[in-house]
Parts: sequence; C-alpha cells; structure tokens
Amino acid sequence: MRRIISVLMENAPGALSRVVGLFSQRGYNIESLTVAPTEDPTLSRLTLTTLGDEHKIEQITKHLNKLIDVVKLVDLTEGAHIERELMLVKVKAAGAQRAEVKRCVDIFRGQIVDVTSSLYIIQITGTSDKLDAFLQAVGDAAILEVVRTGVSGISRGEKVLSL
Amino acid sequence: MLIRALRDEGVEYIFGYPGGAALHIYDAIFRQQDVKHILVRHEQAATHMADAYSRSTGRVGTVLVTSGPGATNAITGIATAYMDSIPMVVISGQVMSHLIGEDAFQETDMVGISRPIVKHSFMVKHASEIPEIVKKAYYIASTGRPGPVVIDVPKDVTHPGQTFPYEYPEKVKIRSYTPATRGHTGQIKKAVQLLLSAKRPVIYTGGGVVQGNAAELLTQLVQLLDFPCTNTLMGLGGYPATDKRFLGMLGMHGTFEANTAMHHSDVILAVGARFDDRVTNTVSKFCPNAKIIHVDIDPASISKTVVADVPIVGAVDSVLSEMLALIQETDERPDAEAIAAWWKQINEWRDRHGLYAKPRYDTSSEKIKPQEVITAIYEVTKGDAFVTSDVGQHQMFTAQYYRFDKPRRWINSGGLGTMGFGLPAAMGVQVAHRDATVVCVTGEGSIQMCIQELSTCTQYHLPVKIICLNNQALGMVRQWQDMQYSSRYAESLYEDSLPDFIKLAEAYGHVGMRVTKREELKAKLEECFALKDRVVFMDIMVDQSEHVYPMHVAPNGSMRDMYLSKTERT
Repeated sequence: MRRIISVLMENAPGALSRVVGLFSQRGYNIESLTVAPTEDPTLSRLTLTTLGDEHKIEQITKHLNKLIDVVKLVDLTEGAHIERELMLVKVKAAGAQRAEVKRCVDIFRGQIVDVTSSLYIIQITGTSDKLDAFLQAVGDAAILEVVRTGVSGISRGEKVLSL
Repeated sequence: MLIRALRDEGVEYIFGYPGGAALHIYDAIFRQQDVKHILVRHEQAATHMADAYSRSTGRVGTVLVTSGPGATNAITGIATAYMDSIPMVVISGQVMSHLIGEDAFQETDMVGISRPIVKHSFMVKHASEIPEIVKKAYYIASTGRPGPVVIDVPKDVTHPGQTFPYEYPEKVKIRSYTPATRGHTGQIKKAVQLLLSAKRPVIYTGGGVVQGNAAELLTQLVQLLDFPCTNTLMGLGGYPATDKRFLGMLGMHGTFEANTAMHHSDVILAVGARFDDRVTNTVSKFCPNAKIIHVDIDPASISKTVVADVPIVGAVDSVLSEMLALIQETDERPDAEAIAAWWKQINEWRDRHGLYAKPRYDTSSEKIKPQEVITAIYEVTKGDAFVTSDVGQHQMFTAQYYRFDKPRRWINSGGLGTMGFGLPAAMGVQVAHRDATVVCVTGEGSIQMCIQELSTCTQYHLPVKIICLNNQALGMVRQWQDMQYSSRYAESLYEDSLPDFIKLAEAYGHVGMRVTKREELKAKLEECFALKDRVVFMDIMVDQSEHVYPMHVAPNGSMRDMYLSKTERT
C-alpha cells in the first residue's frame, strides 16, 4: 500500500542523508521525496511516499523516529489528508496539436506557463494520480520532458504536525 | 578545549592512535594528567578496547583516531559496538575545514562512512561548539538503547590559538531525542496477568538485561515465579548460570532443553532481547503456541521479526521492578501443578540431551577436546574471571561451558561476529579492572587478526591470559563445510603456515606455553593463571574434527530441530 509519511526534522547538515540512508540500508523503497525548511528555519519538513504492508510501514516509522534528527512524524495516509504534487511538462504543440493540448490543459485545470511557436510548458498540480492521468491524456508522442516535485501533504482539520 | 570537555565528562581513558589531523588534540593530552591515553597498534583495537571497557564497567568507552585511514580502521570496531548496543564515543580527526571535499591528504568522509553504524554523529564546525557536542555525544551514547557516537573534528577547530569562554554544560536537552524510560503501566499489568496464567512459561533474556543493569531484578523475578530462564549469547550472566532455573543459552548453538522448552512454551517473557535470526531459527515456525511479552527500550526492536502479543517499551530495570511489585502485591500465583509438570518435563529434556548432565563429547579420546579446555578454565578460575572471546567454535564452546553467574563477565562480539575482538577486548577489561583475572579465549585464526596488540600489553602492563584453542583450521567454517559442503575445506586450513605462537609471545616479552596432552591440561592452566602479572599465551592443540552441538537445523527448522552430535538429530 502506498503511504505518505511526513517528517519534521532538524534543519541540520546530514539530516537528509540519515533519512535517505536509512531507506537504502534497510531495503525500504522511496517513491518520492520532497524537503524544504518550514516557517521555523531550524526545522525542515520532509514528505516521502513509500510502498509497503502494515508491518513494513510500522518498521519504517519506528526507525525514522529513532533518528536523532527526526523530531516528529506522521503517516498522513492514516487519516484524512490533502496531497499535492506539482509537475512541469514540456510538450510539442504545433499545428492541430496546439489546440488539442490547450484543451487538455484546461480540462485538467493546468496552466501554460511558457510558449514558443512549437511547444508549450505546462504547469499542473494535483494528486499523483491526476498528474499520471494528464500525461496519459497528452500522450507519449507529444511529451518532451517531465519534471515532478514529488508529493507534499498535510492532514485535514485540526490535526497539526508541529513542535 | 576537547580534552577539557572529556575530563569534565569524567572520561578516565582514551584508547587511540595519533596522526596529522589529531595532533593538536594529542598535544593537549600531553599537557594534562587527568585523562589517560592508551596507545594501540591498530585503530580497530582501540575501538574494541573501548568497547570492552564499556561492557565490563557500564561506562562509555572513548576512542580517538586521526582522519583518513585512522578513521576507516576504526569502522569495524564501531560496527561491532553498534550491533551489540555498546555506548562509545569515537572522536576522529578531520582535515582542515577549508580542505574538506578537496580529496586532501588523509581525508575521508567519516560522518558519511560511519552513518549506518552509529547511533548519531557530529561534525564540529567551530571550537566554541565542542563542550556542547561532547556533552550531547555522551548523553546520546549512554541513554535509551546505547550505541556508538562519532564526533568528527577538523584540525583547525582544535588549533590552540583560539580562545573562547569555556563552560561544560551539566545537562543537555535534545528536542528530537527522548529515550524511553518507564513502561506503560497497563501493558505491564497485562503482562503480569499473562505470566500468572502461564502453564509452560519461559523467560528469555538478552543483552538488554546486562546493559540495563537489571540482572538482580531479573533473578528476583525468575525466583519469585519459579519459571525457567534462558539467556541469549549476549545475555549470558544476566541470570546466574549455576542456578537450577537456568536452561543455558538458547538459539543456534543453544542447549537442547532451552530450545525445546521455548518451542513448547505457552508464554514467553522476552526481556532486552531482539529475536535475532540466530535465536529464532525459521521465524514462521518459531514457538507456535506461545503468547509473547516483549520488553525492550527500543520500540523498533519490538515486533520487528516476531510479533509481540504484549509489547512493552521501556527501560528493562524499571519494567522488571514494576512487574515484581505487581506480583508481590497480588495473592495470585501461577498454577503450581502445571509449573511442576513443566519442570518435570524440562528436567527430563535436561537429562536426555543436556550439556551439563553428562559430557556431550568423547571423553575417551586421546586428543584434547575444546569443551574440556573451557570446563578446565572455568574450574581453575572458579567461574569468576572476565572472559572475552573471538568468533567461531571457541566462542560457542565458551558460551556453553563457562557458566557465568554475574553480568558483564562475558564479553564477545555477538551481533557483528568480529574476529579479532577478543585480545583487545581483554585488554580493555584489564584497563578497567587492574587486579581481575581476564581471559581471552581465542582460536589460531581469530588471534592473528589483532595479534599486534601483544605489544600494547607490554607497554601498559596488561597481564591478560590468552587461551588459544588451536585446531589448525577455521573451525566453524570447517564445521559448516563438513555439514553442508561434503567436507570440501575451501580455504579453511592453514596447513603448515601457522607461526610458533610461543616464540611470538616471547618476542613481545610474554610467556608462551603449549599444551599437547590431555593429562597436562589442568596443571598447565593452573600454572598459567598463577602468573598473575604476566601475559601468558597458551597454545592448546585441540581436536580438529570436533563440532559445536547442539546446532539448529537450518534452513526451515524450528527452535526444537537440532543436530545433537554428528550422528543424532531431534
């Protein structure tokens, strides 16, 4: 099962390598990873998606918690949450294709953020599934380059991940 | 500043080896008397010495090495300590800050290389950070589930020209680190209920009881309940081995009675143990009828391999004393009839195939059997020595036949299985216990991995006794080759290449003795241990064909599936 784990950790050198190292050392899988400082510059927030059964996820969260640099973490998939990923796509857009791509962008509520005579750069946000669906809709033939940020997430309602 | 911080932390001994990047630190050592330094011959030995110093005292061991090769040589010892949860602080010199990343002379990314085998690590950026980092390092190393901590110190940081106001913090608080202390009271109550309802219980304890200073409490609990107790390789000494409630070690080379009792048990109380693969054999076949109570300070150890029915995260001493109090408060007691029947069954197993009921090796052989060497050491030292070992058959024979009644007396590399550990470990123990009898049981294979430390023994007058069970082969490798590879001894025999260990010991200024005949074994051992202030290297020629039994049938065996000798299995 796919899980989104959100980690609050010290914004210190080496902290990220400890998290990533833990995953490779213990044979866990990272699907995506994003990390940036929070409003408190001493803390970073890291979101990662991983695959695993209940037992594996429990081990992952326990081992993450053991890292001295990890302050707190939450498995967002345990409760209601919002997840978003941002994607930039460079696609061929010439001739008849131009209007077709534009229509597709509108349907997925994306934005065209750069234009040349033969291509568009499209920005689109949403769940990973939605981004996958967009790529499928546009089709491999048109796609020149794809860059995705990986998943960020936050729990719904009152629940807060903070110190 | 660094040495001052170590002194204020109460560090007595540093085990280390100097080099370019550490020279400012060494100069500071030279100019004071409080913190003493032991110069080893190879950095691996420094880590093993500090490790065993810690294991035998409960204090944090301290290592100091230089950058590059100094740091990488320390890695094996750090990994050894990490696997066995030993508190240790390793200070490594580093090239000057402005050279980091430039492939400078003797530069290596110590924080990176050691990352998977440390509890935590620090890179010092400014001299002013040293006191706080040192304090944090010792705090992290020694609390919670203990482990090694690395402090990497670039040379410019220790440059003597800098002055800062120095204050050693009395306490540190780390917001992201709160080690477990007390266990959950509700869970402890549940555990006690389960124990009181048990009909075929076993108490299975590991290194956590030794490390967590809970041997006394464990003994009280076992005796109050009159339950059988077994220890892991790391847990030996956690319960007095000569007590009738002790079943011996469990696991791959555990006793028949311990492994069989585990398999048939209905309730297992696991304390400070981690259900290692060398204990459980095939996890899916592990103790099919048992409800499992698992007490451990590390939440990640619980339900890692074997799922616990009653998990309790907490310091073992605190949890055990709460359990004791609860049992003392209530009038409920386990079903006496069931427990008596269980003991009857266990004693029957003991008599049938136990290690101690009668000798499990050929006593009529002309050759010296390794088992009888260990038994003789046990008798000559009256069971009261500190015993370190290397890794292999001699290690298992020692674990089986030296019956430890006290914690912190049995010192071996359990998790990592590091050959070369024994001699420096014995030296580390001797540094901490100057008047104690310290024995290193080793083999002619292992001893050659750190034999250079015979020179350190001379320099610091560390009169350890080295008992080498010399079978002229890598015994455990040979045993597996006998059992699984039709006795094809691929690279496990030394042929005629072994050194004359007697002359070698003498070359370092020590006493060398050789034993080749059974009848002279005891007398020679007595002679050896009578030489209180000398290092003695005893080279004992033992039967090469001997195997360690019992041995779990693997793969796909359960706890009770064992080979009992070359011809018998359960």
